Amino acid sequence: MRAIDYQAPTSLSEAVSIMAANGDRARPLAGGTDVLVQLRGGRREADVVVDTKKIPELNTLNLGDNGLQLGAAVPCYKIYGDSAVAAAYPGLIDAASMIGSIQIQGRATVGGNLCNAAPSGDTIPPVITLGGEAHINGPNGWRTMPAEDFCTGPGRNALQDGELLVAIQLPAPAANSGTAYLRFIPRNEMDIAVAGVSSTVTLDASGQTIQSARIALASVGPTPILATAAGDSLAGKAVSDEAIEEAGRLASEAATPITDMRGTIRQRHHLVAVLTRRTLNIAIRRARGEE
Amino acid sequence: MPGLVHVTTTINGNQADFLCEPRQSLLECLRDVVGMTGAKEGCNDGNCGACTVNLDGRIVCSCLVLGVEAQGAEVNTIEGVASAEGLHPIQQAFLENAALQCGICTPGFIVAAKALLDEEPDADEARIRHWLAGNLCRCTGYDKIVRAVLDAGERMRAG
Amino acid sequence: MTTANQVLSEVEYDVVGKRPVRPDGVDKVTGRAQYGADLNLTGLLHGRVLRSPHAHARIKSVDVSKAEALPGVRAVVTAADLPFASLSKDELGNDYNRFKFLSDNFLASNKALYRGHAIAAVAADNAHVAEAALALIDVDYEVLEPVIDVRAAMQDGAPLLHDDLVHTSAMGEVSEKPSNVASYMKFEKGDNAAGFAAADVIVEREFTTASVHQGYIEPHNATAHWRADGQINVWCSTQGAFVVRNITADVLRVDVSEVRITPMEIGGGFGGKVAFYLEPVTALLSRKAGAPVKVLMGRTEVFEGSGPAPGSWMRVKMGASRAGKITAAEIELAFEAGAYPGSPVMQGATCAFACYELGNGAVEGYDVVVNKPKTAAYRAPGSPQAAFGVEQVVDELCQQLGVDPVEFRLNNAVKEGSRKVEGPVFQKIGLVECLEAARNHDHYRTPLSGPNQGRGVASGFWMNRGFHSSVNITVNPDGTVNLIEGSVDIGGSRASIAQQAAETLGIAYEDIKPQVVDTDSIGFTMVTGGSRTTFATGWAAILAAEDVKTQTVERAASIWEVPADEVEYDSGVIRHKSEELSFTFKDLARQLYTTGGGITGTASLDPTGEGNSFGVHVVDVEVDPDTGKTEILRYTAIQDAGKAVHPSYVEGQIQGGAVQGIGWALNEEYYFGDNGQMMNSSFLDYRMPTSLDLPMIDTVIVEVANPGHPYGVRGVGEVPIVPPLAAIANAVEQATGKRMTNLPITPGSVLEAEWNGG
Repeated sequence: MRAIDYQAPTSLSEAVSIMAANGDRARPLAGGTDVLVQLRGGRREADVVVDTKKIPELNTLNLGDNGLQLGAAVPCYKIYGDSAVAAAYPGLIDAASMIGSIQIQGRATVGGNLCNAAPSGDTIPPVITLGGEAHINGPNGWRTMPAEDFCTGPGRNALQDGELLVAIQLPAPAANSGTAYLRFIPRNEMDIAVAGVSSTVTLDASGQTIQSARIALASVGPTPILATAAGDSLAGKAVSDEAIEEAGRLASEAATPITDMRGTIRQRHHLVAVLTRRTLNIAIRRARGEE
Repeated sequence: MPGLVHVTTTINGNQADFLCEPRQSLLECLRDVVGMTGAKEGCNDGNCGACTVNLDGRIVCSCLVLGVEAQGAEVNTIEGVASAEGLHPIQQAFLENAALQCGICTPGFIVAAKALLDEEPDADEARIRHWLAGNLCRCTGYDKIVRAVLDAGERMRAG
Repeated sequence: MTTANQVLSEVEYDVVGKRPVRPDGVDKVTGRAQYGADLNLTGLLHGRVLRSPHAHARIKSVDVSKAEALPGVRAVVTAADLPFASLSKDELGNDYNRFKFLSDNFLASNKALYRGHAIAAVAADNAHVAEAALALIDVDYEVLEPVIDVRAAMQDGAPLLHDDLVHTSAMGEVSEKPSNVASYMKFEKGDNAAGFAAADVIVEREFTTASVHQGYIEPHNATAHWRADGQINVWCSTQGAFVVRNITADVLRVDVSEVRITPMEIGGGFGGKVAFYLEPVTALLSRKAGAPVKVLMGRTEVFEGSGPAPGSWMRVKMGASRAGKITAAEIELAFEAGAYPGSPVMQGATCAFACYELGNGAVEGYDVVVNKPKTAAYRAPGSPQAAFGVEQVVDELCQQLGVDPVEFRLNNAVKEGSRKVEGPVFQKIGLVECLEAARNHDHYRTPLSGPNQGRGVASGFWMNRGFHSSVNITVNPDGTVNLIEGSVDIGGSRASIAQQAAETLGIAYEDIKPQVVDTDSIGFTMVTGGSRTTFATGWAAILAAEDVKTQTVERAASIWEVPADEVEYDSGVIRHKSEELSFTFKDLARQLYTTGGGITGTASLDPTGEGNSFGVHVVDVEVDPDTGKTEILRYTAIQDAGKAVHPSYVEGQIQGGAVQGIGWALNEEYYFGDNGQMMNSSFLDYRMPTSLDLPMIDTVIVEVANPGHPYGVRGVGEVPIVPPLAAIANAVEQATGKRMTNLPITPGSVLEAEWNGG
């Protein structure tokens, strides 16, 4: 591994000024579970790593009327260890509790998962379907963007030099809504998704009709994908196997996978349909308060 | 070229100071700088768990932590699991249940299992298998490891 | 004893057959055991190896000048530093190819033959500097087309790895032109054509298996100090210190006495640490740098640069009568040797039909070089691949005949006196007892519990090994003994060898203090591998203990001033026939140094009579029809151990081997890119089983004593990896109706089979 400098700023402004001063030679460090491996393997380079774990704004985990403010440096275990957060966002918990191992979850963060921008990032689809927004600070101040716009390519994100992802804001879950994330992996843990799907549904008060739905996909394109048509196809429909099947078909159509060592194009299209059906069914049960 | 950084930390309850380069992992620092070689390198990318240590109450892969991140932290390693009074019940259970063959993964398993049983001494087989999924063992097929952790939990519950 | 792990014992002993705590256990659970990477020496330098990024390339030049100039770099070596570079073809004569292949695999001279092939090595003040120096080495490669598939490599016109490799056929004919086929063998028995003509059902299928890695968690490592007086000291992770010594001396062209190997604790091997990669190179770095050097491999290097088990292609054809008897059987195996000749195709051939009484049979094997790392032994080398084909064809015969797969196997099982296709006749063996244990087991008698489930059965064989072992036993004044051995302890063999010494001496297990020592401190001892250590080194311990007994009897006789033949040794007591005079072992030990001096018993032997080992596995799976994923629901492994010296470690071998087989069956493979690069060279993507992927692995130890060992011991480590591949394939077939003939049986491949209607 090339020599690096290490900075651990204790304020956001200090962090941003270090980031800005070093441009593309600076790399933020949260859990480190991706970036250290990449630096070691030469897949990313940096002169300075900026440890974000001492910055208050990146360590918030605030659940309020406006939803969840999730600091970008909050490790997964803190998220699923917070019972109120876990009760409000089970779909996020699905993903946060399946990244890597218990050891990895002790360090890895949702913010880092987003910034790493791997197509397979497990927490990204639920953040997208939950309507998450990325709160970014940089030399030019604050900006906000929908989570689905944050990843711009494999390993690439929307941050400009000098900018930091500070927090992810998830809106308060709508009444009668539910979210679920599932991925398919050949092992039962410690694996990269061959395909992953998050589904968020909002039902009417009767629990029989879908008011709206959002479906997002992992590992089946250069970035996580918001399968808009698949989600929209469910709006206004009664809950039925046919409607769910159709959403699965549309989600599969939205996928643009490649064949690689983890799976083939056909397998991934197929898995998206399977996982869409499965996550929709779980999300519906959650929306109804059945699990 | 950045110089060496002075890190002050607590290892197994004792204050420890060491100098390291920022690029050195906590695993490297423990093994090559501090001279504690109980944590092992099996993959250096967080996928085998042989380097598991406890950092501020959470198990982590020490290959995925920089040594400089240990500043002010509490690090607990395999070297601190036994005490002057003798082996920890988990260590005793590993021995009596033949839960190791080559032994290279054993420190990581014991540190990980201890973190689980300290919180949940009644963890069942499914919970143990899930908790230990980040620790690879190639010798045992896990059967005797899982049994040893179940046994250790029983010993710890009995006090 | 739990029902999950049963031992069906024939004979009980005092110490043999018990489950004591291993002598090295405390160090291993406290993190204090010294593995190779843990070693530190005064003035230690750190080395790293530069490896070829190409699977096949001519090395036109290697320029190390920039690396040598980097501050902190203390030595750089290339193949030019190996003795091979300065030896002519004439000097080496018939030895040329063997020596070139051996030397080139440590550091490539003219060609890189696989991605990961070592090209150069650097020693520096620390590993980061060494790594930086690697990047400064300029290698001018002429990239060549690689060939990584065994069948492709056998084709005319395939890229040739070696320009001068010609093979000799089984008939003694030397092929005319160079090819990638390094050798060919054929064995026949009876009249196969007549046997197939007499068959009522015939099944013929082709199978392939992927390259898989042994997957030990500890990467290869070596520390060497080439001392100023010429002595070369090496500390390393190896299954065989004496073999490393011999290879290192051979490659460096020095005498074996100039090399001392100290085997460190070993973090897994499974055959992969019978192969050597670093020791001579590290020694050369040390000589150049004038200081000790430690070289560690990283995980990717382990995958790309060390030992996979061979990928293979097989064609299996078997016929059976309606009465359920096999009438004929043939198998054609082509094994990937990797970059240099020497796959275990011969072992595959001899294991293939070993479970079946055959009147007619034929086996043919090809050893084929491909652009992959030189294959290394992996637990019962060659046998799992062959069983993957044969045991599925047997399963299909059972289906066509409508007979129970265990009954069919019983009906055709080899027993004492059966002759194998290649000639040898079995001594007393326990396959029938294993099959009967399977048939009677609760697992086999319990119906499957739901849809998409299947149950598979398969048998497996390994011949086991004897070979050289040496043991010294020194009596301490307190009545304990030091047991000095040369067998690296890879899974509890200190305990199983100490138990045999304790049983023989009639003293407590705790009074035996075993130590594994360096090559200057004990007689030649072959590798820990081939399921030989508990058998052969255990036997050496028995003989050394007998030697101690003889000497204690003589000593007692001299103290009592009676003829030695009036004194006997009985369960740790030395007694005169009058019964008035007796010493306990401890009593006598206390007096040794005042009655003539210490006692050391010693033994070196090369035993034959290793009892063959058989196993039968039963597995239940459930296959998710939507995703193709196979879940192992229940697993039972049954094996004849002859006598399980330490049943817990026997169970551990069975469980560990079964789980390696499960990984081989379901997920593990070298996945190659278009240019022959391994794409999944990490534990993340190589996907070995985790604890969450498995149920408990139930075991039954059957004990059919091996008449060739004093306590009836048979080796146990190899055979458990043989049955799982086919057992799982048979279970998947039952669950899905799809016969999976290519490994691994990934979720994707199950879906493909479904889609293709296969």
